Amino acid sequence: MIKNFTASDPNNAAGRKTLQMPTKSLIKDASVRQQPPGYGGRKMPSVETPQTSENDNLVALVAAIRDHKDRQAFAELFRHFAPRVKAFLMKSGANEGLAEECTQEVMATLWTKAHMFDPSRASVSTWVFTIARNRKIDAFRRMRRPEPEDLAWGPEAEPDQADVMSFRQESKKLADAIAALPEKQRDLIQAAYFGDLSHAQIADATGLPLGTIKSRIRLALERLRHTMG
Amino acid sequence: MSNIKHHLTDELLMSYAAGSLDEGFSLVVATHVSMCDDCRARSEAYEAVGGAMVDQCEVVQLSDHALDQTFALIDAMPDKPDAPWVENRSKDDVFPTPLQDYVGGDLDKVKWRSLGGGVMQAVLKTAGEDKVRLLRIPGGTAMPDHGHRGLELTMVLKGAFEDDDGHFGRGDVEVANEDLHHTPVAVAGEDCICLAATDAPLRFKGLMPRIAQPFLGI
Repeated sequence: MIKNFTASDPNNAAGRKTLQMPTKSLIKDASVRQQPPGYGGRKMPSVETPQTSENDNLVALVAAIRDHKDRQAFAELFRHFAPRVKAFLMKSGANEGLAEECTQEVMATLWTKAHMFDPSRASVSTWVFTIARNRKIDAFRRMRRPEPEDLAWGPEAEPDQADVMSFRQESKKLADAIAALPEKQRDLIQAAYFGDLSHAQIADATGLPLGTIKSRIRLALERLRHTMG
Repeated sequence: MSNIKHHLTDELLMSYAAGSLDEGFSLVVATHVSMCDDCRARSEAYEAVGGAMVDQCEVVQLSDHALDQTFALIDAMPDKPDAPWVENRSKDDVFPTPLQDYVGGDLDKVKWRSLGGGVMQAVLKTAGEDKVRLLRIPGGTAMPDHGHRGLELTMVLKGAFEDDDGHFGRGDVEVANEDLHHTPVAVAGEDCICLAATDAPLRFKGLMPRIAQPFLGI
């Protein structure tokens, strides 16, 4: 799970030690549940790509923060995401000072909300995106963000490891599909997420292949509803 | 939950996921998504697109002490972890939590004002350009026939209404724009309670509602 990091990524070198515990604890929890054949244990499917293993690492970092308040794991998450969040906020219209300040707040929120992250429904990048987006609405647009009723998973609803892995693969496929879009359409989607499109303009950006990732999220929601009784 | 037949559009869910939707419309989306797992999954799929955008973002370096400053922020926060999730509304409540946040409670906390003809409204306070309100229409009563200059979202919370687009029960949301001129009628029986958001004043057909409009704030 950890061996496939690309050597060129400096973010992956430091935190291997911090990885072991949380990764194991996730798998231990999952092992008491029924799993479909081919997913059990530590082995990843052979189709694993650098990007899915990178996301493995990120999921484990969040778990380390949640379970052990692991500052080294947080530092690694920070090195990976903070420069991206800052770029995202600047593209969304913030000047550098505001973007820097908001980035630090977003990263601090990751620390306090680590227990809210559900890896069977979202990648770490997606979770980071939602927190940065909410900070943006609050700080730039000066509005409240009404959020749907919470379906946060508690200890009794620890997500199934097989679900987490399947979701990871879907995230990778979605990222690949977006990367493969014609440049014009990709620009349009970026503009939508940087807040540059009106509601009417956004209609042109909606034709994305989201069917499979939606189905995975739907399954995770059903599981959660079931657990909540 | 499974009876919901009228859902949100992709552009609404994408705008909401991207964070560009105004507050009033966002409240309708959040309220519907609270009751509709299908739209919740679609909304979260659009958030996944946002995650891919963050991944593909170039990087901008932070200041030298950014990590230390962030740890200082963390250390300054109260050390109690967020309480584990608890059900903070009763199962019998009419309003999902996002709506309760704006009302200050469930249905019994709404401060209704009469619009005449037995129709009541309560405007909810939001910061956006758009306007969002609760409407209570007695069963069997028609809303004034109206068209739209912009977008109107109407979500049913209790009772039901019907118009040319069909039957709308609890959880259903009607998305109306310039093309739709409709006369919603509350289905006979209990009051129909809706959450409605508009980004432009409604356009009434009859003379009387048009005269009354500035006073009613609709």
